[in-house]
Amino acid sequence: MKVSPLQKAAEATPQKLGRSIRGLSDRAIAWIFVTPTILLLLAINIFPLIWTIRLSFTNYRANRPNADIKFIGLRNYERILTDSDIWQTMQATAHFLFWTLLLQVVIGFALAWLINRKFKGNGLWTTIIVLPMMLSPAVVGNFWTFLYQPQIGLFNYLISFLTTIDPSSFTMIGEVNLAPWAIVIVDTWMWTPFVMLICLAGLRSIPDYIYEAAECDRASSWRQFWTITIPMVLPFLMLAVLFRGIENFKMFDLVVLLTGGGPGSTTELTSINLKREAFEKWRTGYASAYAVILFVTMFGLASIYVKALNKVKDR
Amino acid sequence: MTNWSLIEPSNTQKFVAGTLVAIYALVTLLPILWILSTGFKTPTDSIAYPPKLIFEPTFEGYVNLFTTQTRQTEEYLANNPPNNWYEQIVHDKGMVIAGPSRFGERFLNSVIIGFGSTFLSVFLGTLAAYAFSRYKVPLKDDLLFFILSTRMMPPIAVAIPIFLMFRTLGLSDTHAGMILLYTAVNLSLAVWLLKGFIDEIPIEYEEAALIDGYTRFQAFIKVVLPQAMTGIASTAIFCLIFAWNEYAFAVLLTSGTAQTAPPFIPTIIGVGGQDWPAVAAGATLFLVPVMVFTILLRRHLLRGITFGAVRK
Repeated sequence: MKVSPLQKAAEATPQKLGRSIRGLSDRAIAWIFVTPTILLLLAINIFPLIWTIRLSFTNYRANRPNADIKFIGLRNYERILTDSDIWQTMQATAHFLFWTLLLQVVIGFALAWLINRKFKGNGLWTTIIVLPMMLSPAVVGNFWTFLYQPQIGLFNYLISFLTTIDPSSFTMIGEVNLAPWAIVIVDTWMWTPFVMLICLAGLRSIPDYIYEAAECDRASSWRQFWTITIPMVLPFLMLAVLFRGIENFKMFDLVVLLTGGGPGSTTELTSINLKREAFEKWRTGYASAYAVILFVTMFGLASIYVKALNKVKDR
Repeated sequence: MTNWSLIEPSNTQKFVAGTLVAIYALVTLLPILWILSTGFKTPTDSIAYPPKLIFEPTFEGYVNLFTTQTRQTEEYLANNPPNNWYEQIVHDKGMVIAGPSRFGERFLNSVIIGFGSTFLSVFLGTLAAYAFSRYKVPLKDDLLFFILSTRMMPPIAVAIPIFLMFRTLGLSDTHAGMILLYTAVNLSLAVWLLKGFIDEIPIEYEEAALIDGYTRFQAFIKVVLPQAMTGIASTAIFCLIFAWNEYAFAVLLTSGTAQTAPPFIPTIIGVGGQDWPAVAAGATLFLVPVMVFTILLRRHLLRGITFGAVRK
């Protein structure tokens, strides 16, 4: 950091004198400003985390607060990792993650690339496209169950309009083979704009002169796309995937209101499963162990991913 | 950009791109338009097949949203004529208004908790961001890492200990509890965003103020704050939208007095099946403020949306 003459003067002034001249010392201000934030974060972010880890080694049940708490070691962890239902949940989550990320990256990038053609009115259209992601997932997810109704739902009607399939012949959120796609569609509708916005920022960060140089070298536009556009946007795209990946790994509100995890447990993503264990079956200790496992998994995946991202950035 | 630039897209390209984007935008807008229009339909029109594009608008959905109603005998209805337009709507269905519904309260809760937590997170966030930006503070470099790691925890997982903690402290289902919780969730992001904005204000401004005899604190209030106002405002909008839309904590930690609108709207049911016009009316009232903010402030929202990772 650059040392200004003023700071030099301040350092030369004896501490006590400096304080009486200029009110509170810098150090005091720094601490006064930072302390409330740190305290609140400790109380509501860190402390609960430690508590969760502690509970995960017990048989505690929150609906029986007065019962004895027994430490049962790693039993909860053992039970979770050998439970086949949990693996089914993980599979549902993986399906959801893979398809939402793929669709959002492809559509989001395509939209950003088109919007970057700088046609007239692109600001207006961009704003319209961004709207879904700003809305409450719970309220919107709940309304999508109406759009997905057989016969009367707008979605079924449009599908039958385009393909002549009978609109009352399928129920997007009621059938085992359709429900996983029903949640992918709504999530893609809602969050593609997010990927689009980040891609757009990436595209706009590419200086014009690179393309102009390529044009002078008579590089085809296909070649320009693969050797300039894609590599320059890639770090942004990977960032978008990181954010969306984290969000969708812990997806709860949108899906719980669309399908409630059903039919059966075909769309029971990890968060929905966790909620069932913690707040319906009240197996608090077990659910805490589950939460710790999810956190460690996500943390591990994200750290590996961030390393890869940094490599791409440095290239 | 100048007109003779080599890389300016041709008019055909622009036209094709514009058309494709417009088509996508209109398709993506359909569910939102459907929410807005269903709010003005009668329950019968809302479930008509084929779906009705043109219909006679009515406020029945909105009246159902704000009131609870009971069915009455013909005789009672004849003896008690409606006094105003909304009583008329209910009267025509053979019912009378029994009282207000809970929607008003829930909406007010959303407003109180949303604005309360936004104010707190921006207030604390600005102070902390200033300190992080201008002083050597321990843990400074871990800040982004910290934000990301707190956001990696599924809300349900965090909700378990918070639920127990709130129960012990008597904060369950209170406004204060929810405001504190949302403040904590928003705070790490708010500090990160605000630090970015304050970093951009040249330190020389403050130094000039100090030379003029201001204390550090005065310099912060009179020089830094006005300069950071745009950043503070866009951070505030972002925190507000998060608190406004949040569902998982709200549904697990509130049930009565402090319940916000998102857990409430899906529970609106009418006589004989879900009353979709009332649900749509509630959704409209809840979503429109956010849409207006988005349209007015779209340029400023990008940073918040991307966690400050992408600068304008």
